[in-house]
Amino acid sequence: MGGVATLWPFISQMNPDASTIAAGAPIEVDLTPVAEGQDIKVFWRGKPIYVSHRTKKQIEEARAVNVASLPDPQSDEARVKAGHEQWLVVIGICTHLGCIPIAHEGNYDGFFCPCHGSQYDSSGRIRQGPAPANLPVPPYQFVSDTKIQIG
Amino acid sequence: MSGPSDYQPSNPALKWIERRLPIFGLMHSSFVAYPTPRNLNYWWTFGAILSFMLGIQILTGVILAMHYTPYADLAFKSVELIVRDVNYGWLLRNMHAVGASMFFFAVYVHMFRGLYYGSYKEPREVLWILGVIIYLLMMATGFMGYVLPWGQMSFWGATVITNLFSAFPYVGESIVTLLWGGYSVGNPTLNRFFSLHYLLPFLIAGVVVLHVWALHVAGQNNPDGVEPKTEKDTVPFTPHATIKDLFGVSCFLLLYSWFIFYMPNYLGDADNYIPANPGVTPPHIVPEWYYLPFYAILRSIPNKLAGVIAMFSAIIVLAFLPWLDSAKTRSTKYRPLAKQFFWIFVVVCILLGYLGAQPPEGIYVIAGRVLTVCYFAYFLIVLPLLSRIETPRPVPNSISESVLANGRKVAASVVVALVAAGALFAGTLQDARAAEGTDKPPAQKWSFSGPFGKFDRGALQRGLKVYKEVCANCHGLSYIAFRNLAEAGGPGYSVAQASAFASEYKVKDGPNDQGEMFERPGRPADYFPSPFPNEQAARAANGGAAPPDLSLITKARSYERGFPWFIFDFFTQYQEQGPDYVAAMLQGFEDKVPEGVTIPEGSYFNKYFPGHAIKMPKPLSDGQVTYDDGSPTTVAQYAKDVTTFLMWAAEPHMEARKQLGFQVFVFLIIFAGLMYFTKKKVWADAH
Repeated sequence: MGGVATLWPFISQMNPDASTIAAGAPIEVDLTPVAEGQDIKVFWRGKPIYVSHRTKKQIEEARAVNVASLPDPQSDEARVKAGHEQWLVVIGICTHLGCIPIAHEGNYDGFFCPCHGSQYDSSGRIRQGPAPANLPVPPYQFVSDTKIQIG
Repeated sequence: MSGPSDYQPSNPALKWIERRLPIFGLMHSSFVAYPTPRNLNYWWTFGAILSFMLGIQILTGVILAMHYTPYADLAFKSVELIVRDVNYGWLLRNMHAVGASMFFFAVYVHMFRGLYYGSYKEPREVLWILGVIIYLLMMATGFMGYVLPWGQMSFWGATVITNLFSAFPYVGESIVTLLWGGYSVGNPTLNRFFSLHYLLPFLIAGVVVLHVWALHVAGQNNPDGVEPKTEKDTVPFTPHATIKDLFGVSCFLLLYSWFIFYMPNYLGDADNYIPANPGVTPPHIVPEWYYLPFYAILRSIPNKLAGVIAMFSAIIVLAFLPWLDSAKTRSTKYRPLAKQFFWIFVVVCILLGYLGAQPPEGIYVIAGRVLTVCYFAYFLIVLPLLSRIETPRPVPNSISESVLANGRKVAASVVVALVAAGALFAGTLQDARAAEGTDKPPAQKWSFSGPFGKFDRGALQRGLKVYKEVCANCHGLSYIAFRNLAEAGGPGYSVAQASAFASEYKVKDGPNDQGEMFERPGRPADYFPSPFPNEQAARAANGGAAPPDLSLITKARSYERGFPWFIFDFFTQYQEQGPDYVAAMLQGFEDKVPEGVTIPEGSYFNKYFPGHAIKMPKPLSDGQVTYDDGSPTTVAQYAKDVTTFLMWAAEPHMEARKQLGFQVFVFLIIFAGLMYFTKKKVWADAH
């Protein structure tokens, strides 16, 4: 018991320290400058977050897919906020081995990871390649129609 | 075998110590009187070579740590300052960086030797497993060491490798956060990697002691795999093995020095001369060459968790080798079938290494899968099966008997395997050629290439002028100080000329006594001022693409040489991919965009730029910069001069490196020759 308890501080110190956690507090992003078809990349907790203003075509493509046929089944509706379907907010880190996928590339009008060739669709879902899961959606909410808070 | 020694020192002081701590007896019985089989070949010198390399790595590493700063914002710069400003810093850094590769090269030879001669078999199982543990520790150390220069490959290699642990279900993410000490690879990660990179070599040294201990209990294996029976089968370690090892080490030093002095960047990646940038992934992440076979195994499996498990299994399987191969005959020399399969396995490993460096697409993926199956089949199917069905040739009765008979023929499988490998190479080569859209930069003649290369002083001075009048409008040169212009091996200016050159610049200094920043004329100690205050400003002023700093550009740019060129390059010492690319790029602008190529608004077409769309407009035109020495004022001449200048900026001590290299080679060749003849003399009675 005592031994394990003594060990704990030596392991726990490796986790993010207080300043790193504090720097990981929520951030607000203004969406007004992002035109349709464009996207911006913001950093939150050292991770790139893609905020994409999707076109009608991209939304339709994302919704036309048979969800059950996907490697990581998830509907587009579950990945965006109702009433703000044009906004896709995903963590831009490939779920394979952590590279940053390039937006607007690949065969699915979404993201393409240059490291090992994973391809994501316009909803950030994995469609092809070695990655096991969809691009994760970070916790976020709309503060107003043109502003989101990530975190 | 190393029982209590009857060695007694004659010196009374040593006698006094020996009675209290019998260390001289231990040394004597382990390294002098220790009987070593008399039929050992040169593959057995790699044990000594590895001990030597571990010593070199620890020594150079401890010294480098005295100058290095493990902080994310400073790490890259501190490594550059070691190379540029510390006395012989370039030598120590090259020794350490190349040393890692040489260490792995030697360990692979050592491992394959153990595999071939059955050195893992009873009674040497623990010895072998300790070796596998050392290898694992080496891999961890090498990986963390590669992160420390904090270039792009360091950063993204660290990201990819640490993310391997996220494949484990449930706990994966927490493990990765624990490794990072943050939410992504960052400063805490760099700090702890530095700490561990310093620690692990000493752990390795500790396990090496156990390894040698186990070796001295079981005794050395030998090419015939029969245990020594009589005195006639062995020779004393000193002088026989010592002199042979010394000769082996001095030959190895020749190879090592070839890299240190003539091609220090051959085994590295150009991308690692670009400072780490968490926002941009390099297009093609490649680990160091010594991890490539395992990386290929990782990538060839489409499922993430399975890929990670396969990669680790590929190493762990080695520890079970003593039980997978239960054949009674130790040495593959007497196992005709095992010999064939051994060489096929060697080729499989080399090909996996080649595939690990290729992009994961098309034929490479399929070939990777086939070879991964071959790799595991060797351990899990071939070796267990062979030990049951194979009829080995009779082994000699004793070592001394086999020393007399010495004929050799090349195994047919070597030829078959080499042909197969060649065919596969050719196949992938054609595929690679089809995939290429970009023209390769033409190879140019550079005054600084080759073992005796020197910078053309005129070109350096003209190049500086071109940089100052053209490039400096957008590009920084932040690692070069004005004092460097007057240093040996540089453009050849005097100290006074460098001072005068510096004073033409306005440098920001301060704060003064009023607490305000002010401008003053530059001094020799100042660095070239950058045209933009920060990267964002540079980006904003240049249509979204920040002009890169040029201090390291000729080392940070390269192009794929492809097979078989990268093999020829080792012998020709071709190291000028970077300068060839930079010079070609400066001349590669074309006003007319060719058919079928579209480039975005605000970009320019360049034949040699990857992707062809470059944000920089054509920077040079004929007659733009005046030359005082009558050299032609053409774009071609400008490009050549400024590239020469930038090559010097990337490596100001290149001339010193090549000069010292020549002296070292002369010495080493003489030394190796002396060792060889001494060895012949010592062994004259043993053969």
